[in-house]
Amino acid sequence: MSSSMYDARPAGADDPFEQTPLGDAADEGASEGRVFTVSGSDWDVVGSSDPDSHIGEERIVVNMGPQHPSTHGVLRLILEMEGETVTETRLGIGYLHTGIEKNAEYRNWTQGVTFVTRMDYLAPFFNEAAYVLGVERLLGISDQIPERANVIRVMLMELNRVSSHLVCLATGGMELGALTVMTIGFRERELILDIFEAVTGLRMNHAYFRPGGVAQDLPSGATELIRRNVDLVRSRLHEYEDLCNENYIFKKRTVGVGYLDLTGCMALGITGPILRATGLPHDLRKSQPYCGYETYDFDVATWDTSDAYGRFRIRLEEMKQSLRIVDQCLERLAPGPVMVEDKKIAWPAQLALGGDGLGNSLDHIRHIMGESMEALIHHFKLVTEGFRVPPGQVYTAIESPRGELGCHLVSDGGTRPYRVHFRDPSFTNLQSAPAMTEGGQVADVIAAVASIDPVMGGVDR
Amino acid sequence: MNDTASLLADDPWWLIAFKAVCVFGFLVVITLFNIVFERRVVARMQHRIGPNRHGPFGSLQSLADGVKLAFKEDLTPSTADKVVFFLAPVISTAPAFLAFAVIPFGPEVSIFGERTTLQLADFPVGVLYVLAIASVGIYGIVLAGWSSGSTYPLLGGLRSSAQMISYEVAMGLSFVAVFLVAGSMSTSQIVAEQSDWWYGVILFPSFAIYLVAMVGETNRAPFDLPEAEGELVGGFHTEYSSLKFALFFLAEYINMVNVSALATTLFLGGWRAPWPISLWDGANEGWWPLLWWIAKVVILIFVFVWLRGTLPRLRYDQFMKLGWKGLIPVSLAWIVLLATVLTVRRETDIDTRTLLFTFAGILVVGLLLSFVWDAVAARKEATKLEVRTAPRQRDAFSGGFPVPPLPGQSLDEPARQPAHSGAAAPDAGTTGPDTAQEGDRG
Amino acid sequence: MDWVPIAWLGGIAFGFAVFSVVAGALTGPRRYNRAKLQAYECGIEPTPQPVGGGRFPVKYYLTAMLFIVFDIEIVFLYPWAVAFDSLGLFGLIEMVLFIATVFVAFAYVWRRGGLEWD
Repeated sequence: MSSSMYDARPAGADDPFEQTPLGDAADEGASEGRVFTVSGSDWDVVGSSDPDSHIGEERIVVNMGPQHPSTHGVLRLILEMEGETVTETRLGIGYLHTGIEKNAEYRNWTQGVTFVTRMDYLAPFFNEAAYVLGVERLLGISDQIPERANVIRVMLMELNRVSSHLVCLATGGMELGALTVMTIGFRERELILDIFEAVTGLRMNHAYFRPGGVAQDLPSGATELIRRNVDLVRSRLHEYEDLCNENYIFKKRTVGVGYLDLTGCMALGITGPILRATGLPHDLRKSQPYCGYETYDFDVATWDTSDAYGRFRIRLEEMKQSLRIVDQCLERLAPGPVMVEDKKIAWPAQLALGGDGLGNSLDHIRHIMGESMEALIHHFKLVTEGFRVPPGQVYTAIESPRGELGCHLVSDGGTRPYRVHFRDPSFTNLQSAPAMTEGGQVADVIAAVASIDPVMGGVDR
Repeated sequence: MNDTASLLADDPWWLIAFKAVCVFGFLVVITLFNIVFERRVVARMQHRIGPNRHGPFGSLQSLADGVKLAFKEDLTPSTADKVVFFLAPVISTAPAFLAFAVIPFGPEVSIFGERTTLQLADFPVGVLYVLAIASVGIYGIVLAGWSSGSTYPLLGGLRSSAQMISYEVAMGLSFVAVFLVAGSMSTSQIVAEQSDWWYGVILFPSFAIYLVAMVGETNRAPFDLPEAEGELVGGFHTEYSSLKFALFFLAEYINMVNVSALATTLFLGGWRAPWPISLWDGANEGWWPLLWWIAKVVILIFVFVWLRGTLPRLRYDQFMKLGWKGLIPVSLAWIVLLATVLTVRRETDIDTRTLLFTFAGILVVGLLLSFVWDAVAARKEATKLEVRTAPRQRDAFSGGFPVPPLPGQSLDEPARQPAHSGAAAPDAGTTGPDTAQEGDRG
Repeated sequence: MDWVPIAWLGGIAFGFAVFSVVAGALTGPRRYNRAKLQAYECGIEPTPQPVGGGRFPVKYYLTAMLFIVFDIEIVFLYPWAVAFDSLGLFGLIEMVLFIATVFVAFAYVWRRGGLEWD
């Protein structure tokens, strides 16, 4: 963020969100020849507490993060404080950089799913969906995705939205000191992860969506499990409202905290609950539907206070709406294929439960090993080399729990992506932290960052 | 000098030593118990099981933790002030034990044939002694924060010093009413005065103020700001490890017992049996009172745990505001009111009932007024809200950056402006049209 | 004589605390690592702090001074409360005047924003 956010802008530009320029102090600090872990712009001044470089003598520079209980992983907040008041906030990111986007260029299109699912690890299905929708648009098969595959995708995404919001509320509650909110949040999330485990075999990092559909059909008994767990989750959602909605201390800590109005959101490119908390019902599921969202019946939750409390209430409401969508999905689940017809794209081997627990379908093995040489060659080519994607580029955006998750794919016509780039909402939303926190108290920083709900896996990629 | 004090003065030295060891042992054991108790109870509140591996019902868990801590490496940061860093846990722990000396936990009993009371020491200024000793304990925390030589402990130490002295004022003021009615500052005397009515009932405002102040004084949720793990990681004890850390932990839990025991003594009738049991004649004789006393303390500890399971943490300024602008003025007003009532009762022959009715009348009028006040404030708020709700027409550029219209709004047609006047937001030119489109869709 | 039990308990408590601090240093392992001796700052190389932790914000001193004012008030209130029965109406009026005087100062501090924390 250091380079992209602060270098790109001319210092002192007349922008309401620009940091107050620190004047020539920046040059003095730079000439000291200190070695800093971050560099560029005025980082060295911010990071040091050289008494000459600042006027306020009572200030303390506090590094909050990367190893701090309240920074959602490895976010680093550099706070300059006078007493309890935060006068300046800077963000340091990159501690969880894994090179996912670059790695994806060295694997074929299908394998890319396995990478991107690991970005925003609280919302893996959304990463997969954005990527997969992009690949499908490049392939021109968006219309051929079977209905069942789309319903499963929507259902899993909405369940994932609930589980992601639950973590946000749980960790946010914990950071405010409400421990019970944390434990019940993780309890409900467990129910949803059980569903994921039953459907995909994994509790996170599923790699379940594939270009053309989903990896395999729902296992038997999945719908009953989903129905049961969803009912249980729904029956318990009121506990969050009971604990927090009218809790005097909770409201004191969140109302008016982390304020960012519509203008601020627009200027900084903020999306998701933060934007909806300003009253703007912007939701890509409504404004730019994908996966058939236009056919589902749900409301976009908004609030009009632009603060942490509003974001909390929006997340609560969105969980209810998501469960509503899941109900509709369960009604629509009709038997049918879950992968496109085109055998040049569809993953050849449908997995099936073998005697050893899991494995390739025995029918398929018999077919390629014993019956058809062409089938074997086809299988081999598709699995090792992958399918070719026509050259071009595409940007697909979906509404992740945190906002607009965009995926920019460039293909040079080969079997691997030329470039995979994600616009992760955590990354974009995180830049609102200084605007939300400066001038507030330390405790407000925690509440504001919790309401942004950044996931560092998505920020750093 | 009252009976208890004279009885205690007769104690032979071995009995004094025995009682001192017992008080020490009791505090250590009840701390071990409290930690397990808290973890089990808060686990139940959060649909968990809690520690259940060591000993029956996990009762030896805290002992195991203590032993484990003893075998952890003892670290001292190189930036620390070594001597103070070493002394701070001692300064924090010892006063916590000492404060317990004046708490009476039973009436006259016989120990090895020697008549004595279940109390280590009895001063005419017993409660003042507790306050003084508790203040010494604060030094431990402040010095720990300061001597660590790093940011988080320093902030935690500063916070806790300001917090604890603020709440000590409120706590001290809540005692005044008790002394007014009891006419003594000796703990045993105060317990003796509560044979008819507990002060927690007749002096309820004081009791309520004390309950709040005691949570603030012990740095427990929702007032656990000095060690707010969400903000200051570990607060003043971030840099402490091994048994030094264990000592801070011990001190915190002993202080919980101390303030609970003080609440029991001053407001809940001390070791006296609660109402239905008190009908039995033998309830306040012999060793039974020890049981009532422990039960009352454990109930108060449960309140601590309950608070932790329910409430988020207050922000620092809100917390200080509650102390300085809430508890202290209310305490002062309550003291003046109480003293006036007592004087009127003594100096004139208005009987208590008329007095009570008068005050009930004043209270009702006050309540009505507060409702009227609320209604007026709500109306004001409503008008303000009306002003705040955005106008139908909206100038998209009013905030310095183009925004889409909210639902129910339409965009003011902006006057055609020359391109360079968009300088208020340098990137307005590039993102403006996009966002406007988005708004139209949404 | 009143203080003898306190001395006993104090001796035990101090002995226990000092013993624990010393024992902790002896029983634990000692494996040197430079990073272990650094001040905790969330895994980052610690920001150099001014010597002695810099200056505390003046706000904390204000609180401390207010505390002293009120502590003294309390110290006056205690003997008055204990002797309340024998002081009569005069004692009440005296103390109300005293509380009012301190309260005027308190109200002044309040009005001037001395109790605000931001």
